[in-house]
Amino acid sequence: MTKVTMVVNGKTVSAETEGRTLLSAYLREGLGLTGTHVGCDTSQCGACVVHVDGKPVKSCSVFAQDVAGSQVRTIEGMANADGSLGVVQQAFQDHHGLQCGFCTPGMVMSSAALLAENPKPTESEVRHYLEGNICRCTGYHNIVKAVLAASGQDVASVPAE
Amino acid sequence: MYDFEFVKPSTIAEATKALTAEGAQALSGGQTLVPTMKQRLAAPGVLVCLTGIAETKGVCKGDGGLHVGAATPHAVVAREAASHYPALAALAGGIGDPAVRNRGTLGGSIANNDPAACYPSAVLGSGATVVTNKRKIAADDYFQGMFTTALEEGEFITEVAFPIPEKAAYVKFNQPASRFALTAVFVAKYADGVRVAVTGASNDGVFRWSEAEEALSKDFSAAALAGLSVDHSDFISDLHGTPAYRGNLVKVLTARAVAAA
Repeated sequence: MTKVTMVVNGKTVSAETEGRTLLSAYLREGLGLTGTHVGCDTSQCGACVVHVDGKPVKSCSVFAQDVAGSQVRTIEGMANADGSLGVVQQAFQDHHGLQCGFCTPGMVMSSAALLAENPKPTESEVRHYLEGNICRCTGYHNIVKAVLAASGQDVASVPAE
Repeated sequence: MYDFEFVKPSTIAEATKALTAEGAQALSGGQTLVPTMKQRLAAPGVLVCLTGIAETKGVCKGDGGLHVGAATPHAVVAREAASHYPALAALAGGIGDPAVRNRGTLGGSIANNDPAACYPSAVLGSGATVVTNKRKIAADDYFQGMFTTALEEGEFITEVAFPIPEKAAYVKFNQPASRFALTAVFVAKYADGVRVAVTGASNDGVFRWSEAEEALSKDFSAAALAGLSVDHSDFISDLHGTPAYRGNLVKVLTARAVAAA
């Protein structure tokens, strides 16, 4: 076992790992941060997306030892300091961007990464950026609407489904 | 997956040494190898992670054209190659999805040589030079069939040097579930002729369509392809397309690439 230390949501943390310990397992089992979901475990679905040094990655396809020392942000780090929902999370709630919620942590992390790169994306840019995040409930319309709303754009004319 | 020893060297010399261990396997961004290991289709004893070597990362213009470090993620190539070699940057920016592009690397893609991967067509279509920890390999000698390359035991890619063409374009017929190419064509026009590399079509992996190269070298227009057809006798057949369907796509996509270049 090898102790791996990284900064997760602003706190320096460490946990024991094997070579094969994935970042998703490190977060969930090592640190108890179960907000990061493992959907397909084959890097297709995007439920496990977290930010490593500011970039979205699929944590089920990254070894914890590979990202030792990195800055990691997970869904647990997306709320405001007072515990209220962050802007992307609040927009998902306001626009019904989730049903079962399983894909939501990955959707929120990918959406936040998009908005950091491109603060006012078009609808088509949102759909393109979220290609690697699969939702089996919503049909995506309300997710896209939530991301547009989180970017501060008027979504009154975007049809709800 | 089975457990292994994880090592992350920080120099080419250290990585070369680490790869001499019994059962050692090189790992780059892990977007293919990690899922493969989960399925227990690969079970290395030692995994030598190549993404911590600073000299194998980055994009810079030099003598051989555009030098791209093997451990450079697709997202970085998409951004940093854009002003030097737009077709290459566009190809990198269309691989997988954003999260995959932040991890997957050029070196990992061409070391794996998936028959439907995007990068092999850019490397072959540019007549690039594959630089390893041991030697330099011309793209024409490097790709040796599906999942097969000229890389030897203990050898790994450090960079790829792409000669910059006058014009080029990559046109991919997307397989929307996997985001690999159902079939895709990379066309590049150089002063000494045109190169046409096809991925996602042949059971032998990426290949050059020499008849199209000859025709386009004389007349770089979609019309020059009119009388040509590609031999599809050894093309991939799966639920997404028959060999004849892929054969037709090769011609259509080549014409589109010429028009887009």
